[in-house]
Amino acid sequence: MNIQDMILTLQKHWSEQGCILMNAYDVEKGAGTMSPYTFLRAIGPEPWNVAYVEPSRRPADGRYGENPNRLYQHHQFQVIMKPSPDNIQELYLDSLKALGIDPLEHDIRFVEDNWENPSLGCAGLGWEVWLDGMEITQFTYFQQVGGLECKPVSVEITYGIERLASYIQEKENVFELEWTDGFTVRDIFGQPEYEHSKYTFETSNLDMLFQLFTMYEAEAHRQMEEGLVHPAYDYVLKCSHTFNLLDAKGAISVTERTGYIARCRNLARKVAKTFYEEREKLGFPILKVKGENTNEQA
Amino acid sequence: MSKRNLLLEIGLEELPARFVTSSMNQLADKVQKWFTEKAIEFGDVQAFSTPRRLALLVTDVAEAQKDIEEEVKGPAKKIAMDAEGNWSKAAIGFTKGQGLTTDDIYFKEIKGVEYVHLNKFIKGQPTKELLVELQNLITSMTFGKNMRWANQELRFVRPIKWLIALFGQEIVPFTIADVDTNRITKGHRFLGETITIEDPAEYEARLTEQFVIANPDIRRNMILTQIKELEAKNNWVIPVDEELLEEVNNLVEYPTVLFGRFEEEFLELPSEVLITSMKEHQRYFPVKDQAGNLLSFFVTVRNGDERHLETVSKGNEKVLRARLSDAAFFYKEDQKKDIADALKKLETIVYHEEIGTLAEKTERVTAITGALVDALEVSVNKELALRAARIAKFDLVSHMVYEFPELQGYMGERYALLKGEEKEVAAAIHEHYMPKSADDSVPPSTIGAILSVAEKMDTIASFFAIGIIPTGSQDPYALRRQASGIVQILAEKKWNISLEAIIALALHEVEAKNIVKRELADVQEDMLTFFKARIKHMLQEQHIRYDLIDAVLLGEIGYISSLVERAGVLEAKKNEAGFKEELEALSRVMNIAGKCEHQVSVDAAKFENTQETALYENYQRVSVAYQQADNETERYELLASLQTDIEQYFEHTMVMADDSSIRNNRLSLMKEISDLVATYAAMNKIIVS
Repeated sequence: MNIQDMILTLQKHWSEQGCILMNAYDVEKGAGTMSPYTFLRAIGPEPWNVAYVEPSRRPADGRYGENPNRLYQHHQFQVIMKPSPDNIQELYLDSLKALGIDPLEHDIRFVEDNWENPSLGCAGLGWEVWLDGMEITQFTYFQQVGGLECKPVSVEITYGIERLASYIQEKENVFELEWTDGFTVRDIFGQPEYEHSKYTFETSNLDMLFQLFTMYEAEAHRQMEEGLVHPAYDYVLKCSHTFNLLDAKGAISVTERTGYIARCRNLARKVAKTFYEEREKLGFPILKVKGENTNEQA
Repeated sequence: MSKRNLLLEIGLEELPARFVTSSMNQLADKVQKWFTEKAIEFGDVQAFSTPRRLALLVTDVAEAQKDIEEEVKGPAKKIAMDAEGNWSKAAIGFTKGQGLTTDDIYFKEIKGVEYVHLNKFIKGQPTKELLVELQNLITSMTFGKNMRWANQELRFVRPIKWLIALFGQEIVPFTIADVDTNRITKGHRFLGETITIEDPAEYEARLTEQFVIANPDIRRNMILTQIKELEAKNNWVIPVDEELLEEVNNLVEYPTVLFGRFEEEFLELPSEVLITSMKEHQRYFPVKDQAGNLLSFFVTVRNGDERHLETVSKGNEKVLRARLSDAAFFYKEDQKKDIADALKKLETIVYHEEIGTLAEKTERVTAITGALVDALEVSVNKELALRAARIAKFDLVSHMVYEFPELQGYMGERYALLKGEEKEVAAAIHEHYMPKSADDSVPPSTIGAILSVAEKMDTIASFFAIGIIPTGSQDPYALRRQASGIVQILAEKKWNISLEAIIALALHEVEAKNIVKRELADVQEDMLTFFKARIKHMLQEQHIRYDLIDAVLLGEIGYISSLVERAGVLEAKKNEAGFKEELEALSRVMNIAGKCEHQVSVDAAKFENTQETALYENYQRVSVAYQQADNETERYELLASLQTDIEQYFEHTMVMADDSSIRNNRLSLMKEISDLVATYAAMNKIIVS
C-alpha cells in the first residue's frame, strides 16, 4: 500500500467515525498537536472530532536526505476526538486492520508514554503503540492544554506516516517509500530535505533568528491583548519553530532551553486562556449545534 | 455458616507497566483491611494482575459480619431509680437508646457504686449488602499518575472498561464511571474472547483458556523458562536485569520469548551504546557469550503465542537496525571532530542567559579545580586535573549525546581515549557527573571527585548569584541534587577542607566574572542555608534524631565528613548511661557563656578557688588534645571528661560575682570552653530524656 492509499484509507476510516476531514495548517510546526485544530480545539467544553495530515518540521532531524531513517519534515496523521469515545482503542485497532495489519500476525502493544509538551503547557497520559517493537502511533488522553484542565478530555491519535509506511512497504530507506505509483518520497522531498538541512546546520543566521524570536514573541503578546487569538497563536507557532532552528544549530544550551521553553509556555498559556474566553463570549457555539448529541451521550 | 468466594476484577485500558504490581498489592491490602474492619471472616486472598486487569479472589468469605455481644454501662443506680424503686427518665432513655427495655437492666458494682448495665447484642449484617462498599475501595485507590477520560470526573490510572464483582454466583451491584459490575471479562486482546464467569473459583483457569495468564508469578516463570531454553540451545548467557524483567512481565498477558539478530559490524559500537539502545529504547535483553562479550543478538518478549514469530522477529530487527545505524553514524561522525573544535563550539552555546556560555562555565570550573587541588592535602597531578576540567564538557556537542543524553560523560570518556587523552583525564570526564543519585557511588578517582565538586559548586554558586534558588517543589535546574552530590563526595573522601572554603573558592570565580547580581554576603548566606538543608536531609535518611542533627548544624559546617561523624557519635551515645550528665554539664557552660559580653583572656591570678583552677587547667589540656585527636569519638570523650570539673566548679563558684573584673574573668573562661564545645555541637540544644 502506498502512502497516498494509506492516507485515503485512514481518512475514510475516521470520516466514518464522524471526524471532520481537514487539511494541514499553513504555519510551520513541529507536530500535528500544535495545529490550532488540536491545540486550541482541545480547550473548552465544545465537542470536536477531526482528522488531518500534518507535515511536521523537526530541524534537528534533518540529515541532508542521506540518512535512511531521518527527515527534516515528516508527516503525521492526526485524529482528535472530544470527548474521548469509550471504544477508542478498538476504533484505532480497526484502522490498523483497514491498513492491512492483522493483529494476529504481529505483536501490538500499548506501552506507557506520557506525552508532555512543556513549551505549549500541554500534558497527556497514554501510550506509544508498538508494532513488532516499532513505535507507530502516539495515543494520548489530553489532561492539560495551554495550562488549562481539559474538560471533557480529548483523545489524540498520531500516526507516524513514514514509519508505518516503511513497515507496510517493507522498505529500509524512507526515501524509497512509494508515495503514489511512480513517485517516491525522494522524488517529492529529496531536494527540500537537503536544502533545509544545509540551511538549518550551516547557513542560517543566528543573530536574525534570535531577533525574530523576540519579535514574534512581542507580536503574539500584542495581538492577544487585542483578543485576536488566531493571529497571536500563529506567532506562537513561529516562536516555537524559530526556537527549534536555534536549538538544532546548537545555539542554546540544555540549561538555557528551560528559559526559552518557559517563554513559549507563557505565550501558550495566555493564548489558551484567551481562546477559552473568546469562545465563552460566543456562547460555545458548537456545544449548541451539537446539543442533542451531547445530551444523548450523557 | 456457609461461605462463598468473592471475585473482584477491574478491567482497564493498558496500565503502565510500572504501576501494575503496586496497584495489585494496593487493591489486595485495601480489601483485606476492609474485611477485617467489618469483622467479616475470610480465607485466602489471591491477587492477579496483567496490563489490562487487576483482580482479587477472596476465598471462604462469611455470609455475614460476626455478631457482637457487649456489656454496656449506664447511669448509677441512684440516678436510675427513685426512692420508690421506679425507673427514672434517665434509665428509660438509656435503655431505649440501646434498643432494649428496662426489663433487661441488671446492676453491677464498680468501685463501690452500683451502675445500670445492659447486655447488648448486635446482629452482624449480611456480607452481600456490605460488599457494595467495594466501590469506594476501588475509587479511593491512588497511583503515581492519575488521569481523567471522556466526561468522567474520576481520576484513575487508566480508563475503566469493565468490572466484575461476584459474591459466589451473585453479582454485587455497583457502578464506577458509568461502568456497571457484571460477570463478563475479556480474554487476550487479539487471541482471546469475551467470557462469562459463573463462579469466582473458575476465574484463573477460564482466563488461561483465553490466553491470559493472570498470575504474574506464573507469567514471570514462563519468561524465565523460555530464556533458559534459549540460553541452553544457543550456548548464550542472557543476563536478566530484574527491573527489565518486571517491566516486560507487566507488558504482556501471554508471554512468548523470541530472539532476533543484528549485523555484527554494530558490535564495534561501545557496549553502553548498544545496551542503551536495546534496553532503554526497546526493552530487549542483550545477549552475551560465555566469556561475557556482547553478541549480535537480542531477546524480546512478545504479547502473544508462537504463531508468526518470524514476522515479529523481523519487525523488531528492523527497528533495532534503524536505531543502531543511527548510533553508528553518530559514532563515526563524532570521531571526525577534534576536541579543540568541540571546545570552540562550547563558546557559542549559552549555558544560561545571565550566567554565560558553556565555554565560560568551563573556564570557571577549571579555575576552581586548580584552586581545590592547591587547597587539598592530597596527592594529585594538577596538570591532569586541569586538562580534565578544560575538556569535561566537550562531548555535549557530539551527535551521540544529543541523541542519547544519558550517555553524557560516558561518551566523553570514550572519545577522549580515542583522541589520545590520558586515562585519568578521560575517566574524570565520565566521573564528574557522579553521583547521579543518592544511591549512585561517588567518583572513584581523586581527579574525578575534585572536578565533580568544582563543577557542581560552580553551578550552584552561579544560580544563587543570579537569585535562582530552589523553593518548595521548584528546582528546575536540579540544584538540590548537585548539592547533595557534593555532600556525598565530601562525606566519603574526607578531605581536609571546609565546605565554607569551597563555597568561597567558587564564589570568588563567579564574582570575578561579574555574574553576581546581588549582595555577595547574601549569596554566601543562602548557599550555606541551602547546604545545611541538604546535609540535614542526608542525616535524616541515616535516621539520626532531629535534635542531634540541629545541634551539629548550628555552627560552621566545616569538614562535612567530621560533621557526619559527630552526628553518628551523638546518635550512638544518646542512649548510653552517663550521656545525660555529660550533656547537662556541657550545656550549663554553654548557657552561662551566653552572658559573656566582654570576653577577656582568662587570668588565673583572679581565681578564688581550686575548682576554678582545676577546670581551667583541665580545659587547657583537653583543648590541645582536642585539636590533635584522630576521630570524633575521641573528641567527644575529651569534652565529656570535663564533666566532673564543671560540676565541682559550679558547686563552689558563683560565676556572676559582684566584682565585675572577677565576673568577666569567669564568664570569659565559660566562653572559651563553650566555643570549643560548640565546634562539636550545640550541646545545649540536645533534648535529654
